[in-house]
Amino acid sequence: MNVLQTALDAIDLGAIYALAALGVGLVFSVMRLINFAHGELVAVAGFSVYALDGQPLWIRVIAGLASAVILALIMERVAFRPLRRAEPSTLLITSFAVSYLVQHLIIVVFGSRPLGVSFLQELSGDVAMGSLRLPRLEVVTVAATVMLLVGLIVFFHRTPLGIQMRAAAEDFTMARLVGIKANRVIATAFAISGCLAAFLAFIQVVQSGTVSYRMGLDLVLMAFVSAVVGGIGSLVGATLGGMVVGITSVCLQTFLPPDTRVYRDAYLFGLFLVFLIARPQGLIFRKADRERV
Amino acid sequence: MTRKAPPDLATPAILVALLAAIATLTVVVAPAMQRPVTEAFIYIVIVVGLQIFSGNCGVISFGHVAFVVVGAYVSAILTLPTHKKHSMLALPQALEQLHFSTIESLLVSSLAAATVALLIGFPIVRLRGIVPSMATFALLMITHTIALNWKAVTGGRQALVGLPLDTTIWVALGGAVFAICIAVWYQQSTRGILLRCTRESLVAAESIGINVVGERMVALIISAFVCGLGGVLFAHFLGTLNANTFFLDTTFLVLSMLVVGGYRSVTGAVFGVAVLSMVSELFRYFEQGISIGAFSLPSLPGLQEVALAIIMLAILVARPDGLLGAQEIGRLYLLTRRLFQL
Repeated sequence: MNVLQTALDAIDLGAIYALAALGVGLVFSVMRLINFAHGELVAVAGFSVYALDGQPLWIRVIAGLASAVILALIMERVAFRPLRRAEPSTLLITSFAVSYLVQHLIIVVFGSRPLGVSFLQELSGDVAMGSLRLPRLEVVTVAATVMLLVGLIVFFHRTPLGIQMRAAAEDFTMARLVGIKANRVIATAFAISGCLAAFLAFIQVVQSGTVSYRMGLDLVLMAFVSAVVGGIGSLVGATLGGMVVGITSVCLQTFLPPDTRVYRDAYLFGLFLVFLIARPQGLIFRKADRERV
Repeated sequence: MTRKAPPDLATPAILVALLAAIATLTVVVAPAMQRPVTEAFIYIVIVVGLQIFSGNCGVISFGHVAFVVVGAYVSAILTLPTHKKHSMLALPQALEQLHFSTIESLLVSSLAAATVALLIGFPIVRLRGIVPSMATFALLMITHTIALNWKAVTGGRQALVGLPLDTTIWVALGGAVFAICIAVWYQQSTRGILLRCTRESLVAAESIGINVVGERMVALIISAFVCGLGGVLFAHFLGTLNANTFFLDTTFLVLSMLVVGGYRSVTGAVFGVAVLSMVSELFRYFEQGISIGAFSLPSLPGLQEVALAIIMLAILVARPDGLLGAQEIGRLYLLTRRLFQL
């Protein structure tokens, strides 16, 4: 029972990190941008849900999705498109600034304290499976993540736009030479990352019952770690990395002696550094990413 | 036969003269401005410290505030009086009895920060491309988690109070001058030039036998030392320290300062601190709420940061290389002299 519970916790957190890493990795794969502001897409979706308290569920869900997608597209248009040819480090700093800007805009409007919000409370209980009782939210999260991943796989392999995006991720310049529209591909990547962020926001809001301007911060940091562990630029790698990081985190939480559990994140980031010594290129390394001379 | 370019002494000379003039003016004309000016000088130490690493190797670091944290905490532990340590912390006997003056602590604490860089820098500096920047977050998160939870040594969430307030405007000026001299010296040393080769092209630099990891480590250790020094000065400027004193907000501010001026030049780093300190000061004033005639602006927390981010974004979009690019003020000075045949 306890083992199963821990396993589900691990897979649940792994799924959440995988979605976060996928959102970051998707944008990186088409424009070499590490989007630090991905966390703020989560926060904005969360605050949309908060602001529409009392409205029907479908309106709040659509508003959450729409706000994250719109913000993602605005970011791309205003901040990142002018810098498309800049160095990756400049882009990273820019996304850091965008993140800081959105965070503090939220503070100006909503204040800096976490705000309570009721959303999808039907998901907060346990679900009985034979003699097992599992948290309903975790079961739903894992199921929804699997569905999202399947949907993305179908999109990337069966639709023209998805295939174009994979081509662009493989070699952006070459893809443009054969007629793939750069703006469309990049905008789609941002839109999808917005959807994934909104989904993460829903999970977080149900889980914690609060929204705050920092709600996406831990997620985005973990997404960075996951993306690097998985092999930056690879979408399969991002998903795998997210799973690995999530499972490691839950294992640390479970197996560390109780009085050192507060240092879980320090251990996690420490393990990350050790991992980098062993495998600096990440789990999945694509030859196309090696620097050409 | 190759000859090294003559050392650029004009850059440190001009910067130091400017800072000294600002300090003197502040003390004589506007004593009320001493605190913000002192703070800006301390930021110069930290930002120039970061520039030593990021500017020369091209890897933007989000983790250097970790070295600031280490410097600040080590200094707090070394300089707090024994009875205060006894009431706030649970240190081993020997550490509790230890008492250093701030001057002694400056050296020891900065060395502690450099040691941390030596111990955990290696996995990060050997990464390539954008990945090391992301990995530097690990440094920040590790030190933050430890500072937040290691109650016996750092006080955890509870603030350490009563640090000796020894960072006067002149001490901060001394720190800034030291940081600038170290940065310019390193930049013009052979090792600095080798590291900048790796910044321009990693592959080409390796092909002529430059040891990328080794050169990056040297820069990281020097820059951690200077950032640690900044942390010590900051701790003794504020007199109080908790785990959230130096975290993401500091990281953002320090990076903005570095990038706005142009991270590849020491002058740019100093210039960025000057610009953003003035902007922050202005907004700190506005944030309290102002009224001009019938028009009144309410106080809005967060507005200062919003303005800061917008300014930074505007500069990044307009000039991705920062206001000064890779220019140093000394070179500009020589150039104008040659231009006008002075």
